[in-house]
Amino acid sequence: MSLATVRPSACPACEAAPAAEALAAHAPQPDARLLVSVPGVHCAGCISSIEQDLARMEGVNSARLNLTLKRLSVDARAGIEPQDIIARLERLGYDAYEMDAGTISMTETERQGRDLLMRVGVSGFAMMNIMLLSVAVWAGADGPTRDLFHLISALIAIPTVAFAGQPFFRNAWKALRAGRMDMDGPISVAIILTLFISLYESLLSGAHAYFEAVVMLIFFLLVGRYLDFRARAAARSAAQELAALEVPRALRLEYGQERTVNVTDLAAGDVVLVRPGGRVPVDGVVLEGQSEIDRALLTGETLPVYAATGYAVSAGEVNLTGPLQVRVTAAGKDSSLHRMADLVANAESARTRYTTIAQRAAAAYAPTIPILSFAAFIVWYWISGGDLRLALNIAVASLIITCPCALGLAVPAVVTAASGKLFRKGLLIKNGSALERLAEIDTVIFDKTGTLTMGTPVPTNLDQHPAEAATVALALAEASSHPLAQALALALRDQGVTPAAVEAITEQAGYGVEGDWYGRRVRLGRAPWVGAEANSMTAAYLAIGDRTHAFTFTDQLRPGSVDVVQALQAQGKSVRLISGDVPAAVRDLAARLGIADWQAEALPQDKAQAISELHAEGHKVLMVGDGLNDTVALSAAHVSISPASALDAARAASDMVLLGRDLSPVADAVRMSKIALKRIRENLWQSAIYNVIFIPIALFGFATPLWAAFVMSISSISVTLNALRLK
Amino acid sequence: MEVLAILIPVSLFLGFLGLAAFLWTLRKGMYDDPEGDGQRILDTRYDDKPKPVERDQ
Repeated sequence: MSLATVRPSACPACEAAPAAEALAAHAPQPDARLLVSVPGVHCAGCISSIEQDLARMEGVNSARLNLTLKRLSVDARAGIEPQDIIARLERLGYDAYEMDAGTISMTETERQGRDLLMRVGVSGFAMMNIMLLSVAVWAGADGPTRDLFHLISALIAIPTVAFAGQPFFRNAWKALRAGRMDMDGPISVAIILTLFISLYESLLSGAHAYFEAVVMLIFFLLVGRYLDFRARAAARSAAQELAALEVPRALRLEYGQERTVNVTDLAAGDVVLVRPGGRVPVDGVVLEGQSEIDRALLTGETLPVYAATGYAVSAGEVNLTGPLQVRVTAAGKDSSLHRMADLVANAESARTRYTTIAQRAAAAYAPTIPILSFAAFIVWYWISGGDLRLALNIAVASLIITCPCALGLAVPAVVTAASGKLFRKGLLIKNGSALERLAEIDTVIFDKTGTLTMGTPVPTNLDQHPAEAATVALALAEASSHPLAQALALALRDQGVTPAAVEAITEQAGYGVEGDWYGRRVRLGRAPWVGAEANSMTAAYLAIGDRTHAFTFTDQLRPGSVDVVQALQAQGKSVRLISGDVPAAVRDLAARLGIADWQAEALPQDKAQAISELHAEGHKVLMVGDGLNDTVALSAAHVSISPASALDAARAASDMVLLGRDLSPVADAVRMSKIALKRIRENLWQSAIYNVIFIPIALFGFATPLWAAFVMSISSISVTLNALRLK
Repeated sequence: MEVLAILIPVSLFLGFLGLAAFLWTLRKGMYDDPEGDGQRILDTRYDDKPKPVERDQ
């Protein structure tokens, strides 16, 4: 529906035909492969307990847990839904999130990864074999033996380069056609030129052939590419394919009959039925019925809002207690959801394209390679008085030595090490440059509901009520699906309270629950309805005859939120809280967490506005949020993080996704990103220094294939080791 | 030096053998879950008998 524009679909063709995607999801599948993300797994015990438990589950053929990707793949018969698996995992004590089982793009990334790895393997084995022959040449083989060895090397190197070098040639060709200059152009030229000159030299019994250097260059560059690819693929598949929460369908009332239709088919003036627990599909006005509406995802308000005839509702809100008939005022493109998506698109295009440090280094370095070797060729041709072969040899030597072997590894090695460490802590990096941008931030803005808090209320004063009040409250609370009632029932059950024998329980949608307890009327619900005096806190009120009790609630803090605020402040970041909730609730939370700077009742535009003002002052902002109301701010911020429980649109708009419940990896990520950036800089300097030392050697004509092989391997290994130092 | 006539083909053959073994492990998906494979050693389920062969894995 409306937000399809911001969510890359698992099936590109389905973007054009949403109905096809819906059909594909509902078509009976004989043996489905379900994928579930389980961020909490970490050990052998987790593997065996999950796999054994699921093997016993009805309808499951087999289950396998991938610990590296923290992902469970279940082979199940038709009729088993991901929700069943998730419920089962939750009983085992693991949080789980559904992933899109449209495995098309998944197998595509797997295929690409294997393809790259195969090229790495081929070039690696070819490199070893050529090196075996080259060592003999370096050790002093000469005459026909050397020529034979060179030719055998050529025999291995040429097919290897033709196969393993393809990613570079393809990229270079693409860049050339687009009129751009990137690293792959010079690399491809260097590879092909060196290969030809070396073959020519071997045929003429020349002393130097650079076959091992060419293959080694390809090998190290491919390793860098593969690391880069893995970091991005792991993130992409898990973060963007977590299933959507949106309802693409609605119940339309036609002459008193309910009919299921696509939301896109709704027009203004239609009447739709929204059942309790359902999401409101359109903007509209309530025609009939009364209920309470959960607007947390849209506005950040924790408390449900009363809705009855004449009240306006917006797409994306959740209907809680009673059925509502809603007359559509705006659907599709005009709905508030879609307007939000437009704002996100605007913010994203306004965000200036960030150039990473690797891109900047490559842009500075790419032209120097061909320029240097061309200069070497001209100068030596002139000095030697027209010796074409000597000039070409020196040009090729400088070409291969200046080729940025270590540069290709410098950034991916660090990013892989850092994102691997963060992934184990429960943070998924979706965007390659996110780590770098995260290192630059000085301000952190948190959303409240669903981010710093769990968005679920917890009773605070259960001990202050007499036992009979607790038993009656439990009996009434269990009859309602209102979030406060459910939270109350859960907490009372946990305390071992048993429900009182309340009879004739009925729910008054929008007001509360009432019943009969040994002839006395008992009510649980809103203050005016039960006849209690409303206090300023979030509360549910119980009336037993004339006596009233107030059960107060607070929004439960997300684990780690206290730590994360403290840790960020200790790192010298300024921490702010901007929420759409009422001032009292925001002030309360800010005080609990020690945040001095807070803002309440902020509209989505206000959040984005605050961020662009900070950016204008020269600050760099990290936004952490989960709701639809945060999506604009998430895409406007310098870098953004959202929890896995966040709405799909919010996750799509953010750069990193928190996999677990715990918020503390955010502080780790900020700390880690700084160290990672430092390592990246060190690595770039290292590879630059190697070049500064060896380029003159090559230019003066002293370079030999042994030198080239030595420089390449030593610089690549040293940048990799430096990346592994990351703690 | 005649020994080269044997040693070079042997070294090439061994190289190909290594490459073929690598491609086989790659096709069998042995690099898909390095961390899990490391931990699965600690699993005591198949200590006394081998795991039954599955079709798809």
